[in-house]
Amino acid sequence: MSSAASSFVSRHLAWWLLALVLCQTTAWAAEPPNTMGQRMQACAACHGQEGRATNSGYLPRIAGKPAGYLYNQLINFRDGRRQNATMAYLLDHMSDQYLKEIANHFASLDLPYPPAQTTKAPSVTLARGEQLVRHGDATRGVPACASCHGAAMTGVAPAMPGLLGLPHDYLLGQLGAWRAGMRRAASPDCMGEITRRLSPQDVVAVATWLSSQPVKLGLPAVSLPAKPTMECGSGIQ
Amino acid sequence: MNTMRFTWAKSLALIMLVGMGGWVLVVSMNGQDASPIGERPPTELSASQVAQRGAYLVQVGNCAACHTARGGLPFAGGKSIDTPFGAVVASNITPDKLTGIGAWTAADFWQAMHHGRSKDGRLLYPAFPYTEYTRITRDDTNAMFAYLLSVQPVQQANRPHALRFPYNTQAALAVWRALFFSPEPFAPLMTESDEWNRGAYLVKGLGHCQACHAPRNMFGATQSKLGLSGGLIPMQNWYAPALSSPAEAGLQDWPTEEIMQLLKTGKTAKGSTLGPMAEVVFSSTQHLNDRDLRAMAHYLKELPRQESAKEDRKPATPESQQLGQSLYEDQCASCHGDKGEGRGDYPALAGNRTVIMHSSVNLVRITLSGGFAPTTEGNPRPYGMPPFGHTLSDTEVAAIATYVRNAWGNKAGAVMPLDVQKTR
Repeated sequence: MSSAASSFVSRHLAWWLLALVLCQTTAWAAEPPNTMGQRMQACAACHGQEGRATNSGYLPRIAGKPAGYLYNQLINFRDGRRQNATMAYLLDHMSDQYLKEIANHFASLDLPYPPAQTTKAPSVTLARGEQLVRHGDATRGVPACASCHGAAMTGVAPAMPGLLGLPHDYLLGQLGAWRAGMRRAASPDCMGEITRRLSPQDVVAVATWLSSQPVKLGLPAVSLPAKPTMECGSGIQ
Repeated sequence: MNTMRFTWAKSLALIMLVGMGGWVLVVSMNGQDASPIGERPPTELSASQVAQRGAYLVQVGNCAACHTARGGLPFAGGKSIDTPFGAVVASNITPDKLTGIGAWTAADFWQAMHHGRSKDGRLLYPAFPYTEYTRITRDDTNAMFAYLLSVQPVQQANRPHALRFPYNTQAALAVWRALFFSPEPFAPLMTESDEWNRGAYLVKGLGHCQACHAPRNMFGATQSKLGLSGGLIPMQNWYAPALSSPAEAGLQDWPTEEIMQLLKTGKTAKGSTLGPMAEVVFSSTQHLNDRDLRAMAHYLKELPRQESAKEDRKPATPESQQLGQSLYEDQCASCHGDKGEGRGDYPALAGNRTVIMHSSVNLVRITLSGGFAPTTEGNPRPYGMPPFGHTLSDTEVAAIATYVRNAWGNKAGAVMPLDVQKTR
């Protein structure tokens, strides 16, 4: 290459690079990113950007929950075991394969959690809640939440959800829905059974203690140390 | 006094006579019959071939859409279909002998499909679209019946309908049928091609497109003379746009291949199907074989053009346009483009018929509810539109709708907050 030509290139290199970058940006502007995150913008409207709803409202965070759990819930909404018109409308015309991919996508997100919510609740309520969560209530046949949801309460792979980092109202709503039979799982529906053994005060105590706990590491446990005492149908469907 | 009594008696007799005459007419009109019921000689196809053909027809006719309840067993019925007259509950069409159609014959099934009468002679409610299914041939209903006999029998008693008086009476139904229904076999037009006739058969019969895409009168009857000129789907708050009008969903100016693509994949470069049509693509049209798909597309393309009704255009106010523009830039532009030009799978809104057609129902509905195109082989991982019903007020949704209807060369009537409220 002659020196004149080489100096022309070096003098205009910056411009060439800039032009190249601009072309790329225009291409990006014309085509939306070919990612699951972009496809799932419809979920962000309620569940927060990347499925990371805060715990201040009602709607649950879905990011980082076990994939099997999320998939089961998508199927439950579609098949009417959970009742939410918006969820059913959004999912009705989706293949099981896509639902699985959606579940995997949100499960794969590992994002920081918001601060705990009900830390200033009465200590009696918190103590009763913690008692039930960690040890259950043998007199009523209520197993400890931790016996299935993991000692750290962050869930267990593949399908047991974590119970921390969720809004207090959502936890109350779900426990109430289980009790009333408005939320169901595949049979045997052990959560329905357990919540019916709890008094309304116990439901409040459990929800309050769970939402008072900070989450440092939200990842679900790989397995449970011991076999759960109750048989549950909420495994992989 | 005597004269007056005499006059009363005479009037009463006259009324009774007219009433009886009317009833005889209603009954005779309900009894009218285009072709005799009776067992048909078997076709040359083997039993399994017939059932296989039946499975295809049952899929395309989308029987499961009504006869399978959410989370229920296939074809076991139990799903409520809301109508302006109350709820009609779809029946169990599995081959269970006690609660399903296991004790039926092919002739009974034909009587239901063609005449709208159950095995016991009871008149059926036209939420079951026998007004269209009446055009299905006997061979096809036989095949559908053969398939339905092969599915898993489910013992599940039919729930009674929840219709208001007088709609819950057979007498009212008999009058309705006398006015709006006569069994009518499909009559192919000799002046048209086989492909056109096949398309017409599918669109007007098994596909029962008219059930949504035709306007209904105050008695809930589709007005077949008006063809596929668009109709508001009762109780669902979606507008099934006119297939006869290129200003709505008319396909007269589309290449046949693109129409096929829309029915097969639920998506083309012009946009995708949402709401009730997403369901139709997901459950029915994506399963059409190529020959039927092409025939349907051909028939739809050849539908005679009709202009949509012109309506007075409500002008947009400058305040609403300003609010609409700023909301659009915040909430919509990142996907649909600064100038409504669309990006990739996100359709252009400039020139988009759903945006600018006279009925703004679907535009408002999509803004409120969002949604996904159906997953199909050709579009297995659809992008979603977020629902804005939770975060935007009626005024804001109306402002966005009005803005997109009047920006970038679009020209359509303003949408009022009340229109949004009615759609919620």
